[in-house]
Amino acid sequence: MATIIAIYSLLVVCLVASIINSKEKSKKAFKVAGKSLLKSAPSLLAVLGIVGLTLGILTPETISNLVGAEAGFTATIVAAVLGSITLIPSLVAFPLAGSLLRSGATVITISTFITTLVMVGIVTAPMEIKTLGKKFTLLRNGLGFLAALIIATLMGVIL
Amino acid sequence: MNKIVNQFKFPILIGFIFFVLAIIAPNIATQSTKVTWNYFKEMALIIPPVFLLMGLMEVWVPKDKIKKWLGSGSGIQGGFISLILGTLPTGPLYVAFPMTATLLRKGASITNIVIFLGSWAALKIPQLMVEIKFLGLPFTGLRFGFTLTALVIMGLIMESILRRHSVEEWLPPENEEIKKKLAGKMKF
Repeated sequence: MATIIAIYSLLVVCLVASIINSKEKSKKAFKVAGKSLLKSAPSLLAVLGIVGLTLGILTPETISNLVGAEAGFTATIVAAVLGSITLIPSLVAFPLAGSLLRSGATVITISTFITTLVMVGIVTAPMEIKTLGKKFTLLRNGLGFLAALIIATLMGVIL
Repeated sequence: MNKIVNQFKFPILIGFIFFVLAIIAPNIATQSTKVTWNYFKEMALIIPPVFLLMGLMEVWVPKDKIKKWLGSGSGIQGGFISLILGTLPTGPLYVAFPMTATLLRKGASITNIVIFLGSWAALKIPQLMVEIKFLGLPFTGLRFGFTLTALVIMGLIMESILRRHSVEEWLPPENEEIKKKLAGKMKF
């Protein structure tokens, strides 16, 4: 909710400033916005559907069954795969991670889940490819995955 | 007509998966539909103002300013600006993609864009608050430090790989045709 208020207040301020300065340019801004919105609409819809499907199949209960039940290497691999695929809002992900940690999952497993969750986005990749290109997307997510594994291991060793 | 179908083939395919799921696993289909609907409501509120802000940026912020603040010569200061912009409480990551495409076209460096996208996804301030509450300050602090370091390194690696090609070579053209059309109609 705070996010929405922040964005709309910013928009109102910018829009008023823009209209005062130049009606022509403001009109152009609306045109640019409308065109790129139309262009992004299909991939936005697709991302929405994929997010719904993954979260419908991988509910928090399913995830805790997969990650929490077994310990060690396998659980960490599963955590990395789940984290890379899913897109879970932080308000759901962090409480889930906290409860898994308390119920016996290792720090490495949980940090792997969190780092891959935030650094790799397979679900949003179609949209990233559309706007930023295949090369950029593959590099960013590939390097992000490697970095996530390294960070998680370091955290597991330190904590 | 064919053009529209072609453009929407991906959403149509996903709609089809939903349909099949509704027959073979109605429970999952209900759950998925609920999640999709919730995200849709969120996006319907966030996307229009974000795109409008993008349009305003496109029209008002000159190329040389973006280049100065976020270009390859902007150094640590540019990285810092990217980090601050990324951590501000804004919408989900997919909102940031079109924004970064505009910034890249206006001359922002790849390193700074990677830092911006990465901190948007991994280091958002509201997200960090939740993380501290449920996973503790040591966990959150360590993750923050490591992630920031990793983002800078990732950005430098990607910059060195992608710099060999010009931006037009790997960045899909999105606003080019619009720009051409508008430039024809309106002279500055």
